[in-house]
Amino acid sequence: MNPTKLLGRFPIHVFLLVIAFVWVVPTLGLLITSFRTPGEIVTSGWWTTIPRLYDVSQFTLQNYHSVLTREGLGLAFRNSLFISVPSTLISVIVASLAAYGFAWLKFRGRKALFLLVVALMVVPMHVTFIPVITAFRRIGLGGTYPGIWLAHTAYGLPLTTFLMHSFISGIPKELFDSAAIDGSSPLSTFWRIVMPISVPALASVFIFQFLWIWNDLLVALVFVGATPDVAPLTVAVANLVTNRGQNWELLTAAAFITMVLPVFVFFSLQRYFVRGILAGSVKG
Amino acid sequence: MRKAMLLLLGILMIGGLALAQQKSVHVMHGWPGHQAVAFAKVVEAFMAEYPDINVTVEIVGRDRPAILETRIAAGNPPDISPIPWLGLMTEWAREGHLVPLDGLVDVTEQIDALTPLGMVDGVLYGTWQSANVKSLVWYNVNEFEARGYEIPETWDELMALSDQIVADGGVPWSIGLESGAASGWPGTDWIEDIMLRTAGPEVYDQWVNHEIPWTHPAVVEAFETFGEIVLNPDYVYGGPVGALTTNFGDAAAPLFTDPPGAFLHKQATFISGFITDQFPGLVPGEDFDVFPFPEIDPEFGIPIMGGGDVSIVFDTGGPLNGTREEVIAFVQFLSSVEAQTIWASELGEMAANKNIDPMAVYPDDPIARTAWQMLLEAEIFRYDGSDLMPGAVGAGSFWTGVMDYVSGVPLDVVLEFIEDTAIDAYAD
Amino acid sequence: MARASRVSVVFRGLWRVPQVLWSCTRRTTSFVMRRTQERPWLFFVGPALLILGFFLVYPSVATVWRSFYGRGATLFGDIRYVGLDNWRYVFTHPTMTGALRNNALWVGVFTMTTVGLGTALAVLLDRVRYERILKSVIFVPAAISYVGASVIWRFMYAYRPAGMPQIGVLNALVVALGGEPQGWLLLRPWVNNLLLIVVAIWIWTGFCMVIMSAAYKNIPKQLLEASRIDGANEWQTFRKVILPLLWPTATVVGVTMVVQVLKTFDVVYVMTNGAFETEVVANRMYKEMFNFRNYGRASAIAVALFLFLVPFMVVNVRRFTGQGGAR
Repeated sequence: MNPTKLLGRFPIHVFLLVIAFVWVVPTLGLLITSFRTPGEIVTSGWWTTIPRLYDVSQFTLQNYHSVLTREGLGLAFRNSLFISVPSTLISVIVASLAAYGFAWLKFRGRKALFLLVVALMVVPMHVTFIPVITAFRRIGLGGTYPGIWLAHTAYGLPLTTFLMHSFISGIPKELFDSAAIDGSSPLSTFWRIVMPISVPALASVFIFQFLWIWNDLLVALVFVGATPDVAPLTVAVANLVTNRGQNWELLTAAAFITMVLPVFVFFSLQRYFVRGILAGSVKG
Repeated sequence: MRKAMLLLLGILMIGGLALAQQKSVHVMHGWPGHQAVAFAKVVEAFMAEYPDINVTVEIVGRDRPAILETRIAAGNPPDISPIPWLGLMTEWAREGHLVPLDGLVDVTEQIDALTPLGMVDGVLYGTWQSANVKSLVWYNVNEFEARGYEIPETWDELMALSDQIVADGGVPWSIGLESGAASGWPGTDWIEDIMLRTAGPEVYDQWVNHEIPWTHPAVVEAFETFGEIVLNPDYVYGGPVGALTTNFGDAAAPLFTDPPGAFLHKQATFISGFITDQFPGLVPGEDFDVFPFPEIDPEFGIPIMGGGDVSIVFDTGGPLNGTREEVIAFVQFLSSVEAQTIWASELGEMAANKNIDPMAVYPDDPIARTAWQMLLEAEIFRYDGSDLMPGAVGAGSFWTGVMDYVSGVPLDVVLEFIEDTAIDAYAD
Repeated sequence: MARASRVSVVFRGLWRVPQVLWSCTRRTTSFVMRRTQERPWLFFVGPALLILGFFLVYPSVATVWRSFYGRGATLFGDIRYVGLDNWRYVFTHPTMTGALRNNALWVGVFTMTTVGLGTALAVLLDRVRYERILKSVIFVPAAISYVGASVIWRFMYAYRPAGMPQIGVLNALVVALGGEPQGWLLLRPWVNNLLLIVVAIWIWTGFCMVIMSAAYKNIPKQLLEASRIDGANEWQTFRKVILPLLWPTATVVGVTMVVQVLKTFDVVYVMTNGAFETEVVANRMYKEMFNFRNYGRASAIAVALFLFLVPFMVVNVRRFTGQGGAR
């Protein structure tokens, strides 16, 4: 690498590091606050701990202890998994199927139907609760996990379909032509060509869908309720706070605890966000 | 095919019968933290007495009106929910979603001032789980003694004390109006307490029912009286901006710093717990104490304003006015001396049963005993007006109106805005 | 003997259950297979349409209908026909027009910043070795719940009277530079709205970055190399090669952000709940629906949100019809 190129890159590094700094400040504040006592949180700025970060005595693990030893937290964690993993899988599968159908199969009203699906993004889920839950009770899905899986799938579907469509419709046409010559059915084309190519898109849609479901409170309250045997982590965490919205120190600790899994999922999916998968298959 | 369906149906019915054998009561409350623990103890005591009844508890905090509304519409509300929103109770009762409790629940042990508040159109719909007294001013006993300040008994004495504190180089009041999505409510408590003292309980009731407009001189006077304090930068810790940005839960803290940032704080009984959480060394009654929010017009004396949680029973289609025997048993138990003693002593909140023994319930908290006595003996008691008004006003424009007023919007603009929403909200 | 035969009847019945179930499934499957062989698209878009029809289309139709009826918290039942009253409120009441103005500000500032910054980060991060770690840093806010985010931003904007130690980062900076501490969220209507938008940008930029990055990484490397070999500099490569290829995805992400602005209100709800002229339309809808028990007005607001999206949809239609390829 020659010096001019290095110099040319200097502004890029500065820009990226400034953005990273701006982004990390609130996160860091949240992290530090989660280790402080309620009295100190409201009397001094969290950054005042930084010059003497080595002084462990100014921090406390009490907030994490209070949150983690809360009765039923393990159960709530399990419930969260039972709700978010199937919901995410179902919605990613249904969305990919639909996105492929809308992007590459020919049928009448395709464009209009797709626009309708995308336009449904803006329907606020709040107005759907009463009609849907009334119908749910009649068909016996009220208060069940399959019920909430379908609900989460539905509320995320317009966006996930839209995103998957934008990727799948960008796949070069030549790929499908060669498949058509092979006489491959739409399903096997979908399975053998579209899915492998869409891995980065699938990974990103998966992570965000998972994240939203994981952090959802309202849909869980409406569709499965808040009894401890079925309620997810968000409901358990909401109940840490006093009814007038206090206990910030517990909220900050809880925010980090609930964040652990999504961030871990993000890290483990990072290796799919890579260049070249599509390029490679074009060549092949 | 049909045989299989019948078989499945049979299995389901047997399963259903087995479930119906177990009597159960479903409660949805919104108390997290300490209160949830206290309520769990009450439930435990009930189940020890009635082993054949199973009580399931569901806790829904912030979104409870939304969840209850949805469940009512869908036809599966909980059996019982203790709520602070009396306006909502009235609407639900009139729409037929609630079970009339006349003849089912005995309320003779309930504090007299509270019972009529659980009624809609003369019919009993709710019993009181707990109450709080709002007409209190908190102060730091040691600082008052050190500086020789006297407890004011009238508004003029209160203002004289405030001036004296300013003259001594201090700041008299600490006010916190911020409360996240509910910001503004502490200000509505001020207006309501002042209104009761300047215009009296009858005008107060007219105001709550929107029989007088928000632009009425009595309302103007109440806002302006509050403004004498809150809009005066010398009177309030941090000035009006401080009042608007300080969370109500942190607002008592300046009284106990060294040197004190402020000397007086108006808040309900529950703030005691916040003070002892933030300053674990302080002893109620010794280090900090309360005096009643003083009288303004001698004609009306010192009325008591308060709030609380009323347990209502939803119509779930049972044989007893729409509910079941075991639900009634639980409601009755909630208001018993036994349950009220557990609840109030765990939390230091005001018991709603007049037969409890205050010395046994609040052995270490003279403030709670005083406040409970005030509630028991109140000649004039009024419920928090904002919780009686329709949501669009009481949990909407009244909250934001107070905030706007404190932030400098002219009073006539504020009141016309609230009046506009009120005309809309009270219209049928 | 009679008894035994009855038992055997029950058992025979039991034995039938899996058989019946199997034949049912087989029949449905073969039906679906036949249908989908005739119309393969039905197999792909059918599930999505079924789910959406039940959860979103049916309630939306009910909502449009409900917007012509008056107050009350139920969908049907004891409600009064009010004609266009709710609609008049949505478009003329000062509260709503204020909320519409704020929403316009949100759409402009929030969408531009998140999409622009997300794209820039996606492209630039591809060239540095610390891509993964920085991506994670920008992504983390997306994983923090709104409540957690509101707590920390409270401490960014917190106010303490002059002379007291500041606990808010912004005021600490201002005081360190010799200024007066401010009650930031009270500075209506521009500063406080922009500061709320900043919170949302902090949360959502990670989303835009990840999606744009997935699109960027789909651009065949050969294309970029070819452009560079042709002697184009980095900026020209970006303008002429990268940007046109990213544009479709950027539009998609942009529309998504616009929808987020129209639909979500958590930041406003937890930080000001619309006080000090920071109200937004979606927050108003939630309040009307659940706090004010005015389902009719909430419905009108919800339908209005849908109508606001139409212009953005039109842009999108152009994109689909203008594109070549299979379409």
